[in-house]
Amino acid sequence: MLLDIKNLKTEFKTKKGIVAAVNGVDFSVDKGEVVAIVGESGSGKSVTSLSLMRLLAKTDNTKVTGEALFKGENLLDKSEKEMQKMRGKQLSMIFQEPMTSLNPVFTIGRQISEAVIKHDGATKKAARERSIEMLRLVGIPSPETRVDNYPHQLSGGMRQRVMIAMALSCSPELLIADEPTTALDVTIQAQILELMLELKEKLGTAILLITHDLGVVAEVADKVVVMYCGKVVEKAAVLDIFKAPKHPYTIGLLNSIPKIDENEERLFIIPGTVPNPLNLPSGCAFRDRCPNCLEKCKTDEPPLINLGEREVRCFLYEKENHANG
Amino acid sequence: MDKLMEVKNLKKYFNVGSSGFFQKPNYVQAVDDVTFDIYKGETLGIVGESGCGKSTMGRLLVTLLDSTSGEILFEGKEVNAIRKNNRKDISKNIQIIFQDPYASLNPRMTIGDIIREPMKINGIATGDELEKKLDILLEQVGLASYHKDRYPHEFSGGQRQRVGIARAISVNPKLIVCDEAVSALDVSIQAQILNLLSDLQKELGFTYLFIAHGLNVVKHISDRVGVMYLGKLVEIATVDNLYSTPMHPYTRALLSAIPIPNPEKKKERIILTGDVPSPINPPAGCRFHTRCPECMDICKQTEPPLVELQTGHNVACHLYDKK
Amino acid sequence: MNTNKLTSKEEQKTSMSKLKRLLVRFKNFIGLIISNKAAFVGLIIVMLIVIVAILNSIFGKLMLPYDPFTGDLSKSLQSPSSAHFFGTDEQGRDIFSRVIDGTKISLRVGVISVAIALSVGTVVGSVCGYFGGKLDMFLMRIMDIVLAFPSLLLAIAFMSALGRGLDKAVIAISIVTIPEYARIVRGCVLSVRESEYVQAAKAIGNNEFAIIFKHVLPNILSPIIVRATLGVSGAILDAAALGFLGLGVQPPLAEWGTMLGAGRSYFFNAPYIILFPGLAITITVLAFNLFGDGLRDALDPKLNA
Repeated sequence: MLLDIKNLKTEFKTKKGIVAAVNGVDFSVDKGEVVAIVGESGSGKSVTSLSLMRLLAKTDNTKVTGEALFKGENLLDKSEKEMQKMRGKQLSMIFQEPMTSLNPVFTIGRQISEAVIKHDGATKKAARERSIEMLRLVGIPSPETRVDNYPHQLSGGMRQRVMIAMALSCSPELLIADEPTTALDVTIQAQILELMLELKEKLGTAILLITHDLGVVAEVADKVVVMYCGKVVEKAAVLDIFKAPKHPYTIGLLNSIPKIDENEERLFIIPGTVPNPLNLPSGCAFRDRCPNCLEKCKTDEPPLINLGEREVRCFLYEKENHANG
Repeated sequence: MDKLMEVKNLKKYFNVGSSGFFQKPNYVQAVDDVTFDIYKGETLGIVGESGCGKSTMGRLLVTLLDSTSGEILFEGKEVNAIRKNNRKDISKNIQIIFQDPYASLNPRMTIGDIIREPMKINGIATGDELEKKLDILLEQVGLASYHKDRYPHEFSGGQRQRVGIARAISVNPKLIVCDEAVSALDVSIQAQILNLLSDLQKELGFTYLFIAHGLNVVKHISDRVGVMYLGKLVEIATVDNLYSTPMHPYTRALLSAIPIPNPEKKKERIILTGDVPSPINPPAGCRFHTRCPECMDICKQTEPPLVELQTGHNVACHLYDKK
Repeated sequence: MNTNKLTSKEEQKTSMSKLKRLLVRFKNFIGLIISNKAAFVGLIIVMLIVIVAILNSIFGKLMLPYDPFTGDLSKSLQSPSSAHFFGTDEQGRDIFSRVIDGTKISLRVGVISVAIALSVGTVVGSVCGYFGGKLDMFLMRIMDIVLAFPSLLLAIAFMSALGRGLDKAVIAISIVTIPEYARIVRGCVLSVRESEYVQAAKAIGNNEFAIIFKHVLPNILSPIIVRATLGVSGAILDAAALGFLGLGVQPPLAEWGTMLGAGRSYFFNAPYIILFPGLAITITVLAFNLFGDGLRDALDPKLNA
């Protein structure tokens, strides 16, 4: 296992109380695997990735606990200096907004070279060569001229490619992509997703993809982790999730997508709204919106039930628990 | 069917300044010679990616922007003439729902005031009758009467969008432009709002111009769909025809690019090369030719006109030129 | 339609009347001011000054130990004592009474000139910011011309044209500070003009002026209020400067700046003539500044939950 997250908890102290944005999350990513974390706003998916990369602001109001084992070592125990050595070299991240993630006053060549110079100790000339090579790899035409462009001279799709080039310049083993295509047009999104799959084949990089778009998940993911209110509610292989979703939230989510290949009169909806994180209901967080809510669900929190190759956090599957034998 | 709105050769160019002191000014050709009709009671979907001009067009129809040239006829009369005569003849008949639920509500007004305002201005109701109407509207969009003294920041994105809908329907307009009305919402909330818009149309008989960038979203709610690219309308057809037999290569690429939430349905994807060109300097001839997998020589020189290929199915593409 | 309804018992429980909610917001706001110690001190002092000025306006000489205008020459230039807290000036007038009496004058000048400059500046700034074009260019160039002059010199120039007196001072100071408010308002209007809720206001049929008053101005109040609060202290200083130079308020009225000017020559043998009015000016200006800063922090939406 390349990345093994165990009981990750991230709590923010606010004026109105403590918000557990990530509330006990477990999952793993193997070498060369694409794992997608799916959830809507407020599910905690972005905070999960920021927490394990240790990119959250270090204040008294933020507390991250648990284990984030990367190649056996807990990232949460490392000092900032050690993390800086690892970021960009062993694990990289790309973000949603390519315009604000690139420094507007440096050329893209310089920004890509930065990582190479820092981690591999390359000379400026060698780094520039590497930058051009990376730009070619991510499909930017005329990379020898483009390498001296500034971010504002590139389109959104190209900037995202540059971000990918930056992230992969030192051949990291894990790439974390936080909603990388949400801000892009559909045709550009298709290009970027194809690129990511290509690079995964070529470089063997594992990808932790964070998204709310189930279509994107179906396209690229091997494994899927569904999050709701800071917890993992379902974990399975991608085919299993789409063919036979188990958790009522996953089922509802899949049903409410307007599908291009089906004719529906009315869209299925999940009634109600995501609960306020400061005022979570007792028992299962999904209870007020669940069509199958049992009495037990209102008082006890369901544990993550092991069903062999997959896991579900729902009392409906209690009897099938493989762990109990 | 009656034509509620007719758009003829509509153009909107934005002056973005010149590159030098003595140079000619540069224009963003946001909407360039667009012609189509909107029929009473239908939902016309307009789809396109960023920079295609769909939002600009939506604002032109509501007269929030002035056109550079061309005509927009509402029930046979030019909208700008209607507006000059009496602003309220427009606001009573044509309304708009905006994309960003966090920016489209005045943060200093209670949602009750936000919804009362259009009714007061357009003389729909006053006093007790106004309050009654307000309560009905709130219920129609799925909110409650006790919400009316609250401020926008106390609500979620989906709820705010409901307020925006209530505001638009309060004057009982004939046409409502939905400018990416669900794009900023989570998938499950999108579904709720789409259902709401559908239900309201069935109950109250609105005509919608539904602008979106997702072909999957538009399909569900539209009767006809138009596709825009770089300021031009490239294809327009009934929803069944567009999705089953898309004719324009861009429409085909758009459809194929949508990720399907079904990992088993691996399809032949048309991946377009290159990026969307700049609307300040669009390509000569057919604007799509730089990315078109079927580009021919004529495409680089002559712009294809929008022609009716089958009843109600219009396409602008040289592939279908009669030999 | 019912499937779209959002029902939540929680929501029903927390429904409050409009008045109650207003009170809660006010309480939060005061809490923020109090937590900022400096601002709180400023607020207290400002309140005290305002109370003194109001009482003085109502009761006049009655609340003062001595008549601020008539002096007993036999008792001139006396040091501070239990009979005269601040001493007496060159005409035998009680300085303490004069300082207190001057409070209402300074406050009036400060508030009225800010009120005038704010009103005119808001109109100019809104029109320029919202409509733009040639009107904007023309009006803002006039504002720039006024701003190019050091404000005090310009005020003096106005006074020489208008003549002396308190009301003329108010007019001069107002004219000189209009451009600052116009600029701030114009900038704020520009930033808010393209917001979607302003577009929405247009779409529902509001005319331009309704949009400016109902939608734009209420949303740019914060920076303007802060600027106005700080402006009061600036205006008080300007009035004092004019008084010091012998323009502005005329004797026997007790205005702090005028007292400073008149007492200049007695600096070495009777420094208290200048000291106490000077302190009054300093404390007042400081109090308004502290309060204004605290107000800015309290109204900043990013700090306010």
